[in-house]
Amino acid sequence: MDSTHTPTGRPPAHRLVVLPFRKSLEIAYQSLKVRFFRSLITTASLVLAVSFLSFVNVGNDIANGFLATGDPERRQSLIQAGYDLGETDTRVEENPKQRWLVILSLMVCVVGIVNAQLMAVTERFREIGTMKCLGALDRFVLRLFLLEAGMQGIVGAAVGAAGGAVFAFANGLLRFGAATFQAAPWPEVLASVAAATAAGCLLSLVGVLYPALVAAKMAPVEAMRVEQ
Amino acid sequence: MTDIHHIVRVASVTKTFQMGRNVLQALKGISLEINTGDYISIMGPSGSGKSTLFNMIGGLDKPSSGKVFIDEVDIAQLDAYELAWLRCRKIGYIFQTFNLIHVMTALENVTLPMTFAGMNNDAAMEKGIKLLEMVGLGDRFRHKPSELSGGQQQRVAVARSLANDPAIILADEPTGNLDLSTGEEIIALLKRLSEETGVTIISATHDFKMLNVSDQVIWIRDGLVEKIENREDLSISVGGIGGREAVH
Repeated sequence: MDSTHTPTGRPPAHRLVVLPFRKSLEIAYQSLKVRFFRSLITTASLVLAVSFLSFVNVGNDIANGFLATGDPERRQSLIQAGYDLGETDTRVEENPKQRWLVILSLMVCVVGIVNAQLMAVTERFREIGTMKCLGALDRFVLRLFLLEAGMQGIVGAAVGAAGGAVFAFANGLLRFGAATFQAAPWPEVLASVAAATAAGCLLSLVGVLYPALVAAKMAPVEAMRVEQ
Repeated sequence: MTDIHHIVRVASVTKTFQMGRNVLQALKGISLEINTGDYISIMGPSGSGKSTLFNMIGGLDKPSSGKVFIDEVDIAQLDAYELAWLRCRKIGYIFQTFNLIHVMTALENVTLPMTFAGMNNDAAMEKGIKLLEMVGLGDRFRHKPSELSGGQQQRVAVARSLANDPAIILADEPTGNLDLSTGEEIIALLKRLSEETGVTIISATHDFKMLNVSDQVIWIRDGLVEKIENREDLSISVGGIGGREAVH
C-alpha cells in the first residue's frame, strides 16, 4: 500500500521530499567506499566474467588481424593454434562453444550479483528503514542502489575488459610472437573492449534490479525492529 | 472545550494481523488525544499492542478500522508522497538501536532529513552543527557513528530527529540500549528539548525513569487503554522527583 500513488497525482511541489542527484551520487559513492571490501567481492564475479568475454573477443580480433594480412603462413599458425578455419574463410567468428561458454559465464555472474546484492539489502534493512522514516521515497532507495551498482559496474567492467584484452595479447605474444602487435586491428580491439565494458555495466544493473526493488519496497517500520 | 490543540488524535482504532490461520487483534478499539507540547510515555508489557499503537501514531502503520489524525490530518488518506513528507517534516524518530547511518558522519546524519526537505547544503550544515551543539556534541560532528559511544550516538539521533523542526518526536525505547546514567542523560535531554522547543514527545518505554518527566502516561494492556495518568496522579504514585511538585 505504501508505494501506490493516488490517481490524483503528486501533491504540490512544496510538500514533496527531494534528494538531489548530486547528493545521491555522493551517498552511493560514500557507501561503496566504506564497504570497500564488500563491494570488491560483489564486483569480483563481474570482473572475471567480463574479462573472459573481452579475452575471447579480442583474441578473435587479433586472429582476424592476422587473416587480413593474407599471409598463408599466418593462416597455418592460426589453424595450429586451434582456430577452426575452412579453406575459404577470411574471418574468424566466435564459434558456438566459445559463445556458450561466454553466455554461461555471464549468466553465472548475474546470479552471483543478485545473490550478493540481496545479502547487502538484508544487511542494510535497518539503514533503509531509517532512511524511509526520515522521509525517503521508494525511488530514492532504488536510485541509491542502482547508482551503487552502476559505479561498481563501470569500474568492475572496465577493469575486467582491460584485463581480458591484456591476457588476449599476452596469449597472442606467446603463440605468434611480436607480430601480434603489428597485425592487431586496433579500432576493433578497442570496440571489443568498449562492448565488454558496456555489457558488464548492463549486467551489474540487471543483477541489482530485483534486490533494489526489494529494498525500495521495504516498510519504514523495519527500522524499529530490535532483534537481529 | 477545544482550546487545547490535539497534535495526535486516535479514534476507536483497531488493528488485526493475520498470523497464518489465526487472526490476532493487536488493538481492540483505542481512543486517545495527545496535547501539543506534552511529554507522553506509552507503557505496557510486550505483546500489549504498545508498539502497534506507537507505529500508528508515527504514521508507520495504518489502522484496520478507526482513524488516526496527526495534526488533524487523517493518515489513512495520505498517499506515499504525502506520508513521506509527513515523516520528513512533522515527525522525528528516535530508535532503541540509535539507527544512525553508519557510512555517514554525525553531521551528515543530522543533515540528511534536511536534504530530503529540500534545504540547501550550507543552511543544512549550519543548522546541523547548531543542533549537535544543542545536544552537547558540537565538537564531534565529523565522527562516524562507530567512533561514538552509545549515549553519544543517541544524542546524534536526538539532533537528527529535530532536523526539520517536527511537531512530534517519536522515541521507541530510547533508553533501552543504554546504561542507567546514560539513559538518564538522554531522558533529561529530551525533557529539556520538549520544554525549550515545545515539541510533543511520545515515547514507548519500559523505563520507569521516564515516568518522572512525563506529563502523561498511557498504560496499554491487551490492546486497550488500561489507564491514563496525568502528571499530578503520577507524582503521587511514583513519588515527587527533582523538586517538581504537582500543582493542584
